[in-house]
Amino acid sequence: MRICVDMDKCTGLGICESVAPDYFEVGDDGELRVLKQEIAVEDVTELEEAVTSCPTEALWIES
Amino acid sequence: MTRLVVVGASLAGLRAVEAARKAGHEGPITLVGDEPHVPYDRPPLSKAYLDEGEPEPTTFREEEHLTGELGVELVLGQGATGLDTERQEVRVGEERVPYDALVVATGARARTLPQAGSLAGVHALRTLDDAVAVRRELDRGVKVVVVGAGFIGSEVASGARKRGLDVTVVEALETPLVRACGEAPGRWIAGLHERHGTRLLCGSGVADLHGSGSDGGGRVEAVELTDGTVLPADLVVAGIGAIPNTEWLEGSGVELENGVVCDATLASSVPGVYAAGDVASWVNPVFDRRQRLEHWTSAAEQGAIAARNALDPANPTAYRTVPYFWSDWYDVRIQFVGTPQADEVLLVDGDPDAGERWVALYRSGDRLVGALTVNGQTEIMKYRGKILKGATWDDALAFADQRKEARAAAATGG
Repeated sequence: MRICVDMDKCTGLGICESVAPDYFEVGDDGELRVLKQEIAVEDVTELEEAVTSCPTEALWIES
Repeated sequence: MTRLVVVGASLAGLRAVEAARKAGHEGPITLVGDEPHVPYDRPPLSKAYLDEGEPEPTTFREEEHLTGELGVELVLGQGATGLDTERQEVRVGEERVPYDALVVATGARARTLPQAGSLAGVHALRTLDDAVAVRRELDRGVKVVVVGAGFIGSEVASGARKRGLDVTVVEALETPLVRACGEAPGRWIAGLHERHGTRLLCGSGVADLHGSGSDGGGRVEAVELTDGTVLPADLVVAGIGAIPNTEWLEGSGVELENGVVCDATLASSVPGVYAAGDVASWVNPVFDRRQRLEHWTSAAEQGAIAARNALDPANPTAYRTVPYFWSDWYDVRIQFVGTPQADEVLLVDGDPDAGERWVALYRSGDRLVGALTVNGQTEIMKYRGKILKGATWDDALAFADQRKEARAAAATGG
């Protein structure tokens, strides 16, 4: 499974980073960086939470 | 089969409905909302929605998705008028909607200026209809007076400035945003207005509004302040806070005090009745404090948790959160995590008077309880994580130093 970001929707609010800091980081420029795209089995719940917590609905999981 | 009723069709209400279905609830769901619109997103309304050009619609889900895929019965365009907790019925005018589990998500409404009367050109900004009206006024190219230098008012001011309009912000307090961010940070943030050509007048309230009509009606023409200043205005936008919508619950037995009084699991004083969003006052286990938040993040999360707990009251989950809000002014993003109720606020990076990037931390006892950044997008969420884990003040300061050094090293190419 992979985590995907629609960069047109993302405004870098960073909630995903606080939920899953191993996967996301907002840079100094305010742009979101995906630190790793492949989701480890034990992190699935965390990434699902990141997806639902995104205010701009910019994240989704691709299986 | 358990009948779930959600009263309030905004973010918290929508998330309640979605979470119920996701949790496997197959019984009927009714969503009641006083606005004619299906649930829509509010944060953009005071931000990008006010820009020139065609605005992006902020509707979350199409009506067909709600009624079809989610199987929700929509009762829109009229709000709940009462609650009978004995018979377990929500009253919507003459109609009675029976429930087994109830989520109250009626939110809050914008406080309005008592002097506004029937004057045209005076608005609040809370609903989609408000935003459409304010947009229309901005399109006419007007002189704008914003009453209240809080986040909504400041966002409107910044949107109007972006269009090149003449904007004055009036704030009754000596320092804006004291309750949201504390004294010094409020002053630092307020400095952004002057730097972007918005006039900020603090320490005077609105004494009166003058209109074109002889009887106090017509269109607004000027705002008179308590210190006698008269500001010409074609558009007045009030951003003076919100009042939780609980009137319909009076006499129902649901305990009310600055919203619906809930425990940590968002349960109200009446079994089967839960609350979420701006209307919910609950005990946040992270700070062991009663809070009522008016933030996007908490409304979304509370909606989901309230619905799940309402449907499975034997296995409730507490709602733990480090509150988070953001606000976009001019080209600046302001972000806050935690609580501003602190013994000390310390600027750990940047200089609010010189640059437009800085970080402040909030201490309560020996703990880090809050962080505020201006254009510090890469910093803020790291502190949210620390607050959630109960980081000490010393730990937070050491981390701040480390971040600052790393930045300095990166800047010099070292």
